[in-house]
Amino acid sequence: MTGTMKMPYSPNSLSQTGAEVRISHLGKSFGERPVLTDFELNISPGEFIAIVGHSGCGKSTLLRLICGLEDPSEGSIELNGRPVREQISEARIMFQDNRLLPWRRVLENVGIGQRGNWEPAALEALEQVGLGARAHDWPAVLSGGQRQRVALARALVSHPKLLLLDEPLGALDALTRLDMQRLIEDVWIRQGFTAILVTHDVTEAVMLADRVIVMENGVARLVRRIDRPRPRVRGDNYLSAIEAEILSRLLSRP
Amino acid sequence: MNSITRSFSNALRATIPWAVPIGILLVWQIAASLHWISSTVIPAPSAVLAAGIRTAASGELFRHIGVSTARAAAGFALGGSIGFVFGLLNGVSKPAARLLDSSFQMVRNVPHLALIPLFILWFGIDERIKLYLVALGVFFPIYLNTFHGVRTVDTGLVEMGRAYGLSRAELFRQVIFPGALPSILVGVRFALGITWLTLVVAETIAASSGIGYMTMNAREFLQTDVVLLGILIYAVLGKLADSGTQLLERRCLAWHPAFATQGAKN
Ligand SMILES: Nc1ncnc2c1ncn2[C@@H]1O[C@H](COP(=O)(O)OP(=O)(O)OP(=O)(O)O)[C@@H](O)[C@H]1O
Ligand SMILES: [Mg+2]
Repeated sequence: MTGTMKMPYSPNSLSQTGAEVRISHLGKSFGERPVLTDFELNISPGEFIAIVGHSGCGKSTLLRLICGLEDPSEGSIELNGRPVREQISEARIMFQDNRLLPWRRVLENVGIGQRGNWEPAALEALEQVGLGARAHDWPAVLSGGQRQRVALARALVSHPKLLLLDEPLGALDALTRLDMQRLIEDVWIRQGFTAILVTHDVTEAVMLADRVIVMENGVARLVRRIDRPRPRVRGDNYLSAIEAEILSRLLSRP
Repeated sequence: MNSITRSFSNALRATIPWAVPIGILLVWQIAASLHWISSTVIPAPSAVLAAGIRTAASGELFRHIGVSTARAAAGFALGGSIGFVFGLLNGVSKPAARLLDSSFQMVRNVPHLALIPLFILWFGIDERIKLYLVALGVFFPIYLNTFHGVRTVDTGLVEMGRAYGLSRAELFRQVIFPGALPSILVGVRFALGITWLTLVVAETIAASSGIGYMTMNAREFLQTDVVLLGILIYAVLGKLADSGTQLLERRCLAWHPAFATQGAKN
């Protein structure tokens, strides 16, 4: 297997704000243990992908590879036809824990890694998540949901072409989750970035995604396209049917 | 709350820690004035104050304080900076830690004051003995706490910093150093205590100037008041250094929930 697979793509399909993602023959092993093997996924610009799968099946590893925190053992990941490694700043990741720097004010946290005159953009991103008024607070005084919104603002401030979300809502209560889901959908519609959401919540996946991918042992086992206008209605028959299918698929694991 | 009442209540809060020492001084003065205790055993606070004024007037007191403070500062700076550098190095570099840490831990088990006879043999009683002893005493708490602080910085934050495009220098300045700072400052406070302790011993045994020398000299002339004055000055210098660090802590760690509230917690 070669590390440089030349993938055909047409420049016309490039969106202004969403990255086209091509993952080909992706493999990752830690020592002897393979976590991802021959993983293939093409994502069109601006698409919203949700990935569900059992714990330990390699979802976080996949996201970490995509944003360059790990190097693939095999295969390649390209954003708009170029290796991700060369354009790390185009992809932003949001983790399950907020990972805000406690010694920096909220605004400075949002502007981390930004150069030049970053304050206006950071403040705008904060306002987008409804926390403009908390710009000068310490993260310690915010609630868990607010901190996660700051983390979202931090991910959005540089207008990434690809947003990776690794169970960003896993630690939140049910009500805050619903708010955050709506917020994420809103900014996604407004900014048009490509999104990959890893989640344990199948309902969440079905509500938000254009495609849901069920991962098993490091490969994409089931891919379900969801053609449903937004905002989607909870309890919609079509969505419920897909949700049931995905759940039974997850539960039928040998 | 208006600002005058606020600053008044702040001032009040700042004086509360002094209430007990001042109470003790009062009782002591009364006991001495009523001759419950002999002035050759413990002279009255007023006598100590008089000794302070006397030695201050002759300039002797300030010369000794100056010498002791300079020694403390020089020794602290020397040992502290070496400890800090090695703490950082071993904290960020696993190979360096593997090479050096266990050697440092071995040396740490030798009490540095036990080296005084050896140092006197090597250096006589000149300035170097005080400098090296203080530096040696200060090295370990700073080294250990810096090392520990850097090692225990949240790896999630470091990873976030990398994912958000921080360079190595930025990562150090924005994530690793601030993350290690609470631990480093604990080391600083600890090291300051050791500085004064080391200086007391070293100046008492091997010096011809400084507060320790002043008290030993006074002992020969049975000037108990000057001896007591020396002890008190050590205490005050130590307290000043500690308060300085506390101030530093409250400034640098304003983000920390434990320091966000007003009022010092000792
Ligand atoms: N740095 C690493 N070194 C060794 N093994 C690792 C490392 N990172 C991940 N793994 C292993 O890779 C496998 C997949 O981990 P990963 O974190 O991607 O799972 P996940 O699908 O995100 O699980 P979860 O849903 O619990 O978050 C696990 O078996 C894990 O032990
Ligand atoms: Mg995970």
